[in-house]
Amino acid sequence: MTKENIIKPENLVYKKSTLLNDNAMHYCPGCSHGVVHKLVAEVIEEMGMEEKAIGISPVGCAVFMYNYLDIDWEEAAHGRAPAVASAIKRLWPDRLVFTYQGDGDLACIGTAETIHALNRGENIAIIFINNAIYGMTGGQMAPTTLVGMRTATCPYGRDVHLHGYPLKMTEIAATLEGTCYVTRQSVHTVAAIRKAKKAIRKAFENSMNGKGSSLVEIVSTCNSGWKMSPAAANKWMEENMFPYYPLGDLKDKE
Amino acid sequence: MATIKGAIVVDTERCKGCSLCVVACPLNILALTQKEVNKKGYPYASQIEEDKCNGCSSCAIVCPDGCITVYKTKL
Repeated sequence: MTKENIIKPENLVYKKSTLLNDNAMHYCPGCSHGVVHKLVAEVIEEMGMEEKAIGISPVGCAVFMYNYLDIDWEEAAHGRAPAVASAIKRLWPDRLVFTYQGDGDLACIGTAETIHALNRGENIAIIFINNAIYGMTGGQMAPTTLVGMRTATCPYGRDVHLHGYPLKMTEIAATLEGTCYVTRQSVHTVAAIRKAKKAIRKAFENSMNGKGSSLVEIVSTCNSGWKMSPAAANKWMEENMFPYYPLGDLKDKE
Repeated sequence: MATIKGAIVVDTERCKGCSLCVVACPLNILALTQKEVNKKGYPYASQIEEDKCNGCSSCAIVCPDGCITVYKTKL
């Protein structure tokens, strides 16, 4: 059977979501953002919420996310996405409101907004991309940078006496009363991507069911910031990130 | 015995040559082009062994840019 005979509409098993438009993404080759964008698009499409989803894009690499997903978007000031999302969800309780933030946005500049939105139990879902670095602005040290990890602003490695310890925002979120679902996932293999998709779906459903705040952390790579090839970055993440940021559900309130 | 045949279509202009699909393919039948590049100058993913694909979609699921479409049929 030739390739032409197989490539027919009735044999289709996987294509990118129709919510994801044809604009070429500005991310570096192999960036985890692309995979998570795909998952968000697929989940919204499967839930049939295309007309009712409102995303809050952060400041960081994902700042142009509104160029790629054909849903409603609101751009927030740096770190203030959970505050904006709280307002939108209170005004439009029937909308699916989610924020998409990096570690610099959520764990550094927006720590206060994030913690208070989660503590108030706002019915929003937060997708937290943790790649242990500020990817957009040249790869400087973030609060989540691992001890000993070299970045543009700590070329000799993160020193705990000088820079303190990496911040585990997801563990902090799990201790708050307002959160209903707190999990840490990754998107480096097919199995991990499937699990991450389920986690995002659950977070979105919790938000629509009014159960409280959900936080889905995705441990990601920044291969250009880490100065590695995409495949090597995935391997480095498995060896170095996962021991400090173990995957799994931290809190799942039924 | 029914055999499953798959085929992929790569959007070569969208592909950035990150090679994550090459690593993810369980049958190792994907590779980046050696000489050809797309308009942006990236080598792109292509199937090197034509009839071995079983349409498992691993390459398409890991692709960060959503450039791969997968088809599958039973013979």
